[in-house]
Amino acid sequence: MSNTINLSINGIAVSVEEGKTILEAAQKLHINIPTLCYHKDLCIAGNCRVCVVEQAGVDRLVASCATPVSEGMEINTNSLKVRNCRKHIIELLLAEHNEECTKCYRNGHCELQSIAADLQITNPDFIDLVPDKNYSIDSYSPSIEKDDSKCIRCQRCVRTCAEIQSVGAIAVAHKGAEMKISTFFNQPLNEVVCTNCGQCIVHCPTGALVEKSYVEQVWDAIADPEKHVVVQTAPAVRVGLGEELGFEAGTRVTSRMVAALRRLGFDSVLDTDFTADLTIMEEGTELLMRLKAALFDDNPDVALPMATSCSPGWVKYIEHKYPQYLPNLSTCKSPQQMFGALAKTYYAKNIDVNPANIVSVSIMPCTAKKYEANRPEMKDSGFKDVDFVLTTRELAVMIKQAGIEFDQLNEENYDSIMGIGSGAGVIFGATGGVMEAALRTAYEIVTGREVPFNNLEIKPVRGLAGVKEAVVLIENVRPEWNFLEGVELKCAITNGLENAHQLMEAIERGDRYYHFIEIMACPGGCLGGGGQPFPVDNEIRQKRMDAIYSEDLSLTLRKSHENPEITQIYEEFLGKPLSHKSHELLHTSYVKRQPY
Amino acid sequence: MNNQAELVKDLAIEHGVKREELLPILQAVVEKDRYLSADAILKIAEETKIPAADVYGTASFYSFLDIIPRGKYVIRVCKTITCSMKGKNQILLALEDFLKIKLGETTPDKLFTILETNCLGWCHKAPAMLVNDDVYTELTPNKVVDILSSYKQEADAE
Amino acid sequence: MTTKIKQLKRIDLIFNHEDDCKEILKKSFDRTNEEVINEMVNSGLKGRGGAGFPTGLKWKLTAEVKDSPKYVICNADEGEPGTFKDREILTRVPHKVLAGMAMCAKIIGSRQGYIYLRGEYKFLVPQLREELRKFHQIMDELNLDFEVDIFLGSGAYICGEESALFESMEGKRGEPRNKPPFPTECGYLNKPTVINNVETLAHSYTIMKYGAKKFRELGVKDSWGSKVFSVSGDTPIPGIYELELGMSVQDFVDDFGDGDTKAVQVGGASGFLVPRKRFAKSHIGYQGKLTGVSLPTGGSMMIFNSSRSMYNVLDNYLDFFQEESCGQCTPCRVGCQQLLKGIKAVKRGEKPAAYLDKLLKLTDTMRLTAKCGLGQSVANSFSSIVENFREEMIY
Repeated sequence: MSNTINLSINGIAVSVEEGKTILEAAQKLHINIPTLCYHKDLCIAGNCRVCVVEQAGVDRLVASCATPVSEGMEINTNSLKVRNCRKHIIELLLAEHNEECTKCYRNGHCELQSIAADLQITNPDFIDLVPDKNYSIDSYSPSIEKDDSKCIRCQRCVRTCAEIQSVGAIAVAHKGAEMKISTFFNQPLNEVVCTNCGQCIVHCPTGALVEKSYVEQVWDAIADPEKHVVVQTAPAVRVGLGEELGFEAGTRVTSRMVAALRRLGFDSVLDTDFTADLTIMEEGTELLMRLKAALFDDNPDVALPMATSCSPGWVKYIEHKYPQYLPNLSTCKSPQQMFGALAKTYYAKNIDVNPANIVSVSIMPCTAKKYEANRPEMKDSGFKDVDFVLTTRELAVMIKQAGIEFDQLNEENYDSIMGIGSGAGVIFGATGGVMEAALRTAYEIVTGREVPFNNLEIKPVRGLAGVKEAVVLIENVRPEWNFLEGVELKCAITNGLENAHQLMEAIERGDRYYHFIEIMACPGGCLGGGGQPFPVDNEIRQKRMDAIYSEDLSLTLRKSHENPEITQIYEEFLGKPLSHKSHELLHTSYVKRQPY
Repeated sequence: MNNQAELVKDLAIEHGVKREELLPILQAVVEKDRYLSADAILKIAEETKIPAADVYGTASFYSFLDIIPRGKYVIRVCKTITCSMKGKNQILLALEDFLKIKLGETTPDKLFTILETNCLGWCHKAPAMLVNDDVYTELTPNKVVDILSSYKQEADAE
Repeated sequence: MTTKIKQLKRIDLIFNHEDDCKEILKKSFDRTNEEVINEMVNSGLKGRGGAGFPTGLKWKLTAEVKDSPKYVICNADEGEPGTFKDREILTRVPHKVLAGMAMCAKIIGSRQGYIYLRGEYKFLVPQLREELRKFHQIMDELNLDFEVDIFLGSGAYICGEESALFESMEGKRGEPRNKPPFPTECGYLNKPTVINNVETLAHSYTIMKYGAKKFRELGVKDSWGSKVFSVSGDTPIPGIYELELGMSVQDFVDDFGDGDTKAVQVGGASGFLVPRKRFAKSHIGYQGKLTGVSLPTGGSMMIFNSSRSMYNVLDNYLDFFQEESCGQCTPCRVGCQQLLKGIKAVKRGEKPAAYLDKLLKLTDTMRLTAKCGLGQSVANSFSSIVENFREEMIY
């Protein structure tokens, strides 16, 4: 039992649990204290000092984010002393910061800019330090740009990369005036262990870390009459985009988004959910084949657990950190890349367009997808399968640039073919979704019955918990799946690479045994991806997640294998799952990378 | 495996691979090679399971854990107030003149590097400098020449 | 070390050398922990690194924490410009420091101690190891399970800040932590830790030897006992001196000055510059003394005569701090750069003299908001120099 602490803030009494901070107590009173290095997802740093407040009886100001409450404490968050100091601190940060706000990608979305605006720092006192700093921009990565001139050294990115992602691609280097956020020997991000997940971007308060933007290239393609520009939209985009365009977190904007994309001038607006369903067919079959090899053929070489491969951040992580487990990765390409390979083959043929003239664009909640599209092996169509990847945020930029009043749009439907997706495809956007979708299909293939969960909702695999486990008992199987009779299918699901790291260590130690694991690089899965709107925390992730599952429930088509376009593509083009053609277009291979 | 990698492996065995052993390992590599190469840091990262960027960032925090190649003898002249008052600049000039290099540089024979450093704790015997771990105090330009000559002789003898 | 000084009394508690440390330790171990803590508390000993926290209380608080293991750490990372006394103590009477650690270890229940020795003093390691060998033998004979290792720093001033020192020992960048929690509960490896300055530990030993009463015969109220001073700068007799606390800067200058003393920097670059007109009213000791200005110090006394430019002095300090700030918190990292660039700009005429007043306001913010004790004190020298030698900053 924890004790209650009584204190007062700005003269207002408040009681909070022992161990809470002054900042949390103030939030309870709806008193806003500006913060920069603080982020709900991260451990406390207490280094920016913007959140300092005055404590009665104490001469020095205390950092409200880092100071626990104590009984009888009297806090003032807005005294003259606090205001003067806070203003000074923001001025100091501005002196070190490249103030080219109007030219900055984060203009209007920058936490430093917002606090500076609130404090009305119109006539700063201090000397601009930027000219002497020899700042550099690292723009070599296809996913992430790092501009040190805009860095305020809050270390949110460093903590994100280490704590949430267990990657450690960036760290704090040097000290004093020279202190900076750096990769190993300041190498470009694309040459180090970076997984391109972009969590550093969504946790950066300024424009120091941003995605590599391809908006102009996409506008160029749209304007080119020779080009047929197709766009695919990932499941999580439809529950995130609204946040950038004036809607509450957790608003589903699927059909408005489709309408907007059409107005932007895309020739065909299609759905990654379609290839999510296709992934289930391929990956589900692959899982069953692996189980057969292990349980029926007694093949000792079969790699289990099989791990999902939809998340390019996770794929790069395992390539760097657990290369011995590469055989465990499903050979299935991600839905984005399956879509890309089919857009310039199956789709091109179907609509009779020269694939050389197709420009394939994807809207993703993800920055690692930009990298994935640029992997050299992703050219199975004979062309670059996906030409440009835009984040949810970049799509919002295009919509604003085009002058579209998003809330006034009529609801429209996706084009066809490759525009139909099931609810199983939609839930790919949430952690546990791939697992749930796969189980819905695989269980039914094996037993001929629906998965034994009320309303197809496999609750144990859902939610924001770091590691989730589920055991599905397979019984009364169809004759051809006899070897699975009575098997308890053991599954695990993680989100965020630190959790993935913990899971892999448990597997490595032999503490845990699974048949199938789903791993998503970002917290919450794709809905919490590095390409999603700012800001983010678990409350917002939960709202997006609720929206994903309500989208699933709103559809009549909720199982991948029942998607008529899936039936059609196998009949007309692919044959059957894991066919020669599938392998050629929809499957891939992985490479071992340097571990550090 | 190159020499530094072998050294790091030995150090990891000697010290263990807990994070608390990171500084002693880094120090041991610097003691031998006078700096931490990228390869050495990668090897340390591998042995200790600390991300390479983190090892690099940690090393770069400490003035004595050089991450760029240095000479066999690293000269660190104290530049803090008392040494500065008592003729640090003349000492630096004498060093530069004798070694024919500038502050921050290493002689072409990789024997000497001249650096400045913050307070060495010999203010009562200023000016002072370190040559690797050895302290020299109450320096004069002539004394500096004698000291460096003896190091040159030592190196020639090896 | 026998330099005669005219007026101030030289104390010889720390450096006298006739000791059989085993005998005194045995005497201490035979007493109850409570008795020893009381002796320490009664002595009024305050931390000799400069911050001045009561040592007895520190030991008591750590003894009361129910957690293990506990650590005793000797902070030998003296890096404050103008300070070199800890090296001298470790060179000449290391056994007293180790005995102080052992006393503390017995009271708080620690089995492992460390000396965090600054990298600049690496040459001391062989002789300290020899001293540790003897010490561990005494520990065996007295049946105390306590071992001390040396941890070497690598050139980072900020690691003298206790929580930065823990971080450094844990293999990380020496960045100070948020407080609370304090080391008494959450120190090295997040375990209860007593961290004391070299001199503090040596004093603990002398208090055990001579008793709190004798210790309190020296010094003044709230600043009892003697203190080892590092004297440098424009003085004919630079060196190490053990003197009573409470002396006025005037008395000090009378004995150590060269007859032309313009100012004394008390407490190193992070301390205060005392100009001639304030010599008489400024006393060396901890806050709480009744009259005049009290200047706490780790013992650094740097003397400047009238040939010195205070602009150059300040420029040198600020250059030091902008390099040696750990860089994590805004007021210290950016503040130091602003102060340095600011005085240069004023000197060059690029900023008006009134800009110094803006910078003085900034020093208030730095003092009030920086994360650690260093950051809170880096601007002390700026404010005391600019306030007293404003013309030298401008012309």
